[in-house]
Amino acid sequence: MLNVENLVVRYGMIEAIKGITFEVKDGEIVTLIGANGAGKTTTMHAISGLIKPASGSIFLDGTDLTKVPPHTIVTRGLAQVPEGRRVFAQETVEENLTLGAFFRKDKDKIEADMDNVYTLFPRLKERRTQLAGTLSGGEQQMLAMGRALMADPKIMLLDEPSMGLSPLLVSEIFSIIEEINKKGTTVLLVEQNAKRALAIAHHAYVLETGKITLSGTGAELAKDERVQKAYLGG
Amino acid sequence: MAFLSYLINGLSLGSVYAIIALGYTMVYGIAKMLNFAHGDIMMVGAFVAFFALNSFGLPVIVSVVLSMLATTVLGVVIERLAYKPLRQATSLSVLITAIGVSYFLQNGAQLLWSSSTKVFPSIIGNGSLKLFGGQLQISYLTLVTIFVCVAVMVCLTLFINKTKTGMAMRACSEDKGAATLMGINVNSIISITFAIGSGIAALAAVLLCATYPTLSPTLGSMPGIKAFTAAVFGGIGSIPGAFLGGLLLGVIEILSKAYVSTQLSDAIVFAVLIIVLLIKPTGLLGKKLSEKV
Repeated sequence: MLNVENLVVRYGMIEAIKGITFEVKDGEIVTLIGANGAGKTTTMHAISGLIKPASGSIFLDGTDLTKVPPHTIVTRGLAQVPEGRRVFAQETVEENLTLGAFFRKDKDKIEADMDNVYTLFPRLKERRTQLAGTLSGGEQQMLAMGRALMADPKIMLLDEPSMGLSPLLVSEIFSIIEEINKKGTTVLLVEQNAKRALAIAHHAYVLETGKITLSGTGAELAKDERVQKAYLGG
Repeated sequence: MAFLSYLINGLSLGSVYAIIALGYTMVYGIAKMLNFAHGDIMMVGAFVAFFALNSFGLPVIVSVVLSMLATTVLGVVIERLAYKPLRQATSLSVLITAIGVSYFLQNGAQLLWSSSTKVFPSIIGNGSLKLFGGQLQISYLTLVTIFVCVAVMVCLTLFINKTKTGMAMRACSEDKGAATLMGINVNSIISITFAIGSGIAALAAVLLCATYPTLSPTLGSMPGIKAFTAAVFGGIGSIPGAFLGGLLLGVIEILSKAYVSTQLSDAIVFAVLIIVLLIKPTGLLGKKLSEKV
């Protein structure tokens, strides 16, 4: 579904991503793990068009996303839950969800999707008329995920969804990610919480200072000595 | 009774400031830049209306619409040519460019239309509403000015709160990156904002020139600065703030002209701004973000 090929991203003189290649297959959960500054968020931003890569290609079902206007990427079935949630703080929960379906014209389906989001996150339904800025961190994360689901995506990118959340909430978020995946949405997950991410991932890549240094199934990498030492505290 | 009459004149002048300030504040809210050429875009609108009325003898409504079309196009073109290439630049570069555009428009107008002042024709006539047995006279022009300002304010508020484009504008003003992720074309939203802001500036131009009928290429600079002050006064980026700031500024200006000193009125206006900003740095209705992370 998603093929990243020889992706290079530069910030001025600094090469943040040094030619990475990876693949996300239809229906999978794929995770990119790595330390702070490894280039995980940069990779995500390149895929969703928020940063223009220096070279390389990103194919979504055969279309090169580096050659289309950024705002059309979501219309092609790729939605992102950005790092730090980035919900629209001055808008209500419901308006945030409506914005998630901004480009869509299928009114009936949008309403059905909104109901589904509320079923998945009952907390959001309780707070639908509340301004998003007044929600707790966990609720904002749920809202950011719900907002991405409102785009009815084929693939969802999640950037550090567990950041700053309590262990209990992290478990909740991860089980929801699995649930979303089981309903047919492919997932690309970027996480510092490698243990959790590897536990749910079909496939995983380790990103170190802009390069992919290891790859394998989630279970394989969880057992790998180098991964254990560097990312799992073992 | 004199006080009431001054107050109404102040509201009328304030209405003009408010309309210009609405454009300033919208552009700031969405594009996060101060378009210092805004007053000069208004000036071009005044000249277009002047030529439409005077040289072509067109009806008032047609002239106003032509003038609005001209400033709308001008605003969008300026944004495309001068500001869009600087989207990633520092705000200082954008600010200097805006000042450059302002001088470009003023000098361009001087070249095209000469710097000699022209007299703007009367558009509404000299009729007035007489109240309290003729003790209080309110000219129709004053009434029209205040009405237009309120109408612009109401339309803008409805547009921003009730339409899909308005929703996209709100999203862009908060977070352009996140708005892009929603499928919102940020560049076209910025264009639309410049179009609306510049279009309504022409309304302000016609109303201003109808009240103070001397026309010159620099006519936009002082009202532009006052409107900018009004927008900051009310809280830059806030639409009700620009409205309130504009009206208050007009009232303060006229009252200080009437009761204190004609020469000092501008100084008083700016002193009030400084005091307000000292007490409330975000302006009267400025947003104070209560974000929880």
